[in-house]
Amino acid sequence: MNIDWTALGEVFGVSLVATVALVGVFTLGILGSSSQAGRSGGSVVLARSAAVACYALCAAAVAFGIYLIAT
Amino acid sequence: MEHITLLIGIVIVTALVFDFTNGFHDTANAMATTISTGAMKPKAAVAMSAVLNLVGAFLSVEVAKTISSGMLDEASGIKPEVIFAGLVGAILWNLLTWLAGLPSSSSHALMGGLIGATLASVGFGGVNGDVVVMKVLIPALAAPLVAGTAAMLATRLTYRLARKADERKTAKGYKAGQITSAALVSLAHGTNDAQKTMGVITLALISGGILGADADPPLWVIASAGIAIALGTYLGGWRIIRTMGKGLTDIQPPQGFAAQTSAAVTILASSNIGFSLSTTHVCSGAVMGSGLGRKGGVVRWSTATRMFVGWGMTLPAAGLIAAISAVIAEQGDWGVTVVAVLLVVSSAAIWLASRREVVDHTNVNDVDPIAPQNADATGTDAATGTDAARPTDEGAEPQPAGVVTTAIRAVVPPPTTGAAAALSDTESTPGDGPGEPSKPTADVAP
Repeated sequence: MNIDWTALGEVFGVSLVATVALVGVFTLGILGSSSQAGRSGGSVVLARSAAVACYALCAAAVAFGIYLIAT
Repeated sequence: MEHITLLIGIVIVTALVFDFTNGFHDTANAMATTISTGAMKPKAAVAMSAVLNLVGAFLSVEVAKTISSGMLDEASGIKPEVIFAGLVGAILWNLLTWLAGLPSSSSHALMGGLIGATLASVGFGGVNGDVVVMKVLIPALAAPLVAGTAAMLATRLTYRLARKADERKTAKGYKAGQITSAALVSLAHGTNDAQKTMGVITLALISGGILGADADPPLWVIASAGIAIALGTYLGGWRIIRTMGKGLTDIQPPQGFAAQTSAAVTILASSNIGFSLSTTHVCSGAVMGSGLGRKGGVVRWSTATRMFVGWGMTLPAAGLIAAISAVIAEQGDWGVTVVAVLLVVSSAAIWLASRREVVDHTNVNDVDPIAPQNADATGTDAATGTDAARPTDEGAEPQPAGVVTTAIRAVVPPPTTGAAAALSDTESTPGDGPGEPSKPTADVAP
């Protein structure tokens, strides 16, 4: 009986890192797009563009997910 | 299609029925948390999941050639009777766990059924024990740990990052993210699980000599498998959705997002790295992990334990039913007929048992289990209980007619006039009577 510990470890590692990274990035996106009060105009623009970048990253991850399902 | 024998035909129909149960059993995986956090309305959620399951069925051309993933010695040739018996075991176990509201793996039920049927038919030589441990037992333990840990850490992280933000403002974003992750889970489910049914049907066609060995499934097989799983998904296994969305832990939007993302990532990682984990185990684990990740979050371990026991029983129980079915089915045509009749009768019995306490889209999020205040219950109960309802409206409320009375009250708030109107309606048109009171209720129901 040989259990494929390497594959299991890989699944564990990849799932952990990817989940935490994606959730983290998306949360930053939410925070960036909802921040406004008590800030100067420039930093709001900065926050908004950072949020867009975060969402774009997540969208890319979703596209990669669909690619993985389809192939 | 011209030379399909009756037996092959029965196997195909049974495979599609299994596909259908697979659909409604696994709706919860993608949509339970989406529904319980309120990210989507229940009906909209199952509709989206159904469409994505259908799309998923057509998405991949890479068909699983071996339905049992190497656990069975398929080279020796599986007879259609054995496939049929395996499917019967899987269907009945799926229905029983649905009745109990337990999320359990449909794939494990199918594997268990096929293993049990093979054991009964061929003996121990036909099953590779090592592969069973490798493909079933270890993943069942690993899946909730992997997805749960990821979901727990992700939940902690997201709560920590957003601790200063306004909860009402962030909820919308979390819900959108959660819907996206749930959509990916649905898509992956359609691709994986519809293909299992396609594999079974193709195997049956090959064993009957209709298709050549190693043939790809014909388009009608792909289409019917996709439609069956989509219909099942749209029906919605509301009992299981309730357990997963509300029973294991109370889910807030950030947790739902973390759990669903963890589930989607883990499913994709596992199926692409080559250590396949069951979608159901992954999703349940992710939900529990997100419950542990929130400060003050509580996991109901009694429900979780019930679920784990269900997972442990899936393989042997489906196998046992399948083994008995295989012994009967191998007696010849009458045996197959007996098993088919038994399948229909037991399914009907399970469905009837489920009507005693109906869970559907109207009350899926009411954790209080005593809430039979929905339109569907009235429709069917009224059909059988019209006569019983008549004397009740005067004031006394015998138990069997309670549902009807409640529904009539829901139609028109003043009870006496409403009841009288409904009553005269029923009397004037006895045939259409049951439909009348239930129709307006559907509009009133939330």
